[in-house]
Amino acid sequence: MAISTNASFAIKQNKLLSVLFGSRLLLMLVGFLAFLAFWHFAVDVWRLPRFSQMPGFFTVLKEWLNPDPVYGLSIYTAEYYTHIFASCARVFVAFALATILGVPLGLFMGWSTKVREYVFPVFEMLRPIPILAWVPLAIIMFTGLETPVIFLAFLASFFVTTLNTMLGVESIDESYFRAAQCLGANDRQVFTNVVIPGAMPFIFTGLQISIGVCWFSLVAAEMVSGQYGLGYVINNSYTNVRYPTIIIGMVTLGFVGYSTSAMVRMIGNRLMQWRMREIAMSNS
Amino acid sequence: MKTRGQISIKDVVKIYDPEGAAVMAVDHCSLEIAAGEICMIVGPSGCGKTTLLNAIAGFHSINGGSIHLDGEMLCGPGKPKASPGSDRIVVFQNGALFPWKNVIDNVTFGPVMQGKLSAAEAKDKARSMMADAGLSGTENNFPGELSSGVRRRVEIVRALMNDPAVLLLDEPYRALDSLTKSVMHESLLDIYYKNKVTVFFITHDLQEALFLGNKVAIMTSRPCKPKKVLTVDIPYPRSYSVVTDKRFRELMEETSEAVHEEAKKSFAAGEREG
Repeated sequence: MAISTNASFAIKQNKLLSVLFGSRLLLMLVGFLAFLAFWHFAVDVWRLPRFSQMPGFFTVLKEWLNPDPVYGLSIYTAEYYTHIFASCARVFVAFALATILGVPLGLFMGWSTKVREYVFPVFEMLRPIPILAWVPLAIIMFTGLETPVIFLAFLASFFVTTLNTMLGVESIDESYFRAAQCLGANDRQVFTNVVIPGAMPFIFTGLQISIGVCWFSLVAAEMVSGQYGLGYVINNSYTNVRYPTIIIGMVTLGFVGYSTSAMVRMIGNRLMQWRMREIAMSNS
Repeated sequence: MKTRGQISIKDVVKIYDPEGAAVMAVDHCSLEIAAGEICMIVGPSGCGKTTLLNAIAGFHSINGGSIHLDGEMLCGPGKPKASPGSDRIVVFQNGALFPWKNVIDNVTFGPVMQGKLSAAEAKDKARSMMADAGLSGTENNFPGELSSGVRRRVEIVRALMNDPAVLLLDEPYRALDSLTKSVMHESLLDIYYKNKVTVFFITHDLQEALFLGNKVAIMTSRPCKPKKVLTVDIPYPRSYSVVTDKRFRELMEETSEAVHEEAKKSFAAGEREG
């Protein structure tokens, strides 16, 4: 009896979930359609004042899907993928470096008051400096075209990751530390068993913001200096009056940026099964 | 009777000094707890009971007096703060199972960290202790998936895995509803009969204190010290029907006035939760 009511409850829940999910997908689709329709009407039908110079939705779509693009860039040209690959590779290197250096630094800053007192003031002074203000220094410090761009993307990402990791450690309830002490864990064991897993939710929230910031500053850097990359495409198309290509670059950035942050989120969920299950429990 | 777990608290003084205004939390508090005894500490919220527990556990220093465990000084002259250790394990008010470890890894944490048992040995021991406590089948769950009553039981098993001399419980059932609470009380006593560990149990619930304890210390409101210490002469094992017995009612009557008096004092002093 108990089993059968449980089962029917589960089925009901599944149905509810699928309806909810279905309608969510539908709402998302409606949102997108409304946005694209507005774009089309504003540019090509109503010809609103601010939109007169903008390429219309169908112009961009045609150019994007054109095997023989008017302005030289579409999904059929190899160059398109060269740019995407260049930007992704830079983000990958910058984000990986920022994570490898930022997470440990943040953990130590959160854990040890001494480390925090040394590092935090300097850190807080450097952090508010906009990434674009670092451009001249980056070019002076690093030779070549590649390293300054990566450095700028790294820097922005690094600050976010470090700070969130530190806050993550500070957010851990004192009683977990005490419990670990009671149970006989030494400092190193507390670090690996309490500090790291306890800060994990904050670390991954931080990493998601961090990869967004990484793209943001990468594109800014690519617009200033660089020969490849989506930021370069946008800036170069602007100077050469290839307006549809600007939009192609922007939309591509949107897609790629979304995919990378979805990947970070997936890895986080993978690593934090306990949290996923907890959330699932509280929602059921 | 067990020889481990005898606590003697002598003239302990604890003064907090936030912003220069010294607040006396514990004032010349003395209390003897025999080995294997359940000692219930009853007092209004914020009266300084937890301060006493923190001193025994080694989370806080004391300003005077001494605390001995089985004749060995934990803290006292020349050593204001006890060092935390697995002979005195705290079960916290809001629970402190690690949410990122599943139940079995939580329960085996103590012996594995101290290198007393290998992971496999610890797991075997944990499984049999959990079976004793009626917790089989939860091994692979995360704490967040369990009800708060089950979580408390797991936490007590995690503590007992270390074969402690003393269990320090800081209002562990405060957040539970009264039905769950009564189940928890019986299961705690069950665990106690099997392990005979000394229990230092903080509560503000007099009925809970009289039902569980063989010694009940009613504390004064800040500064905290025993106002009345009594022995509950109702033999174990006790079942919940005890609460309607004549002797239990007499004890309630004897003590409730003292508790109420302190509660009023504490209320008048505007003490907040703490």
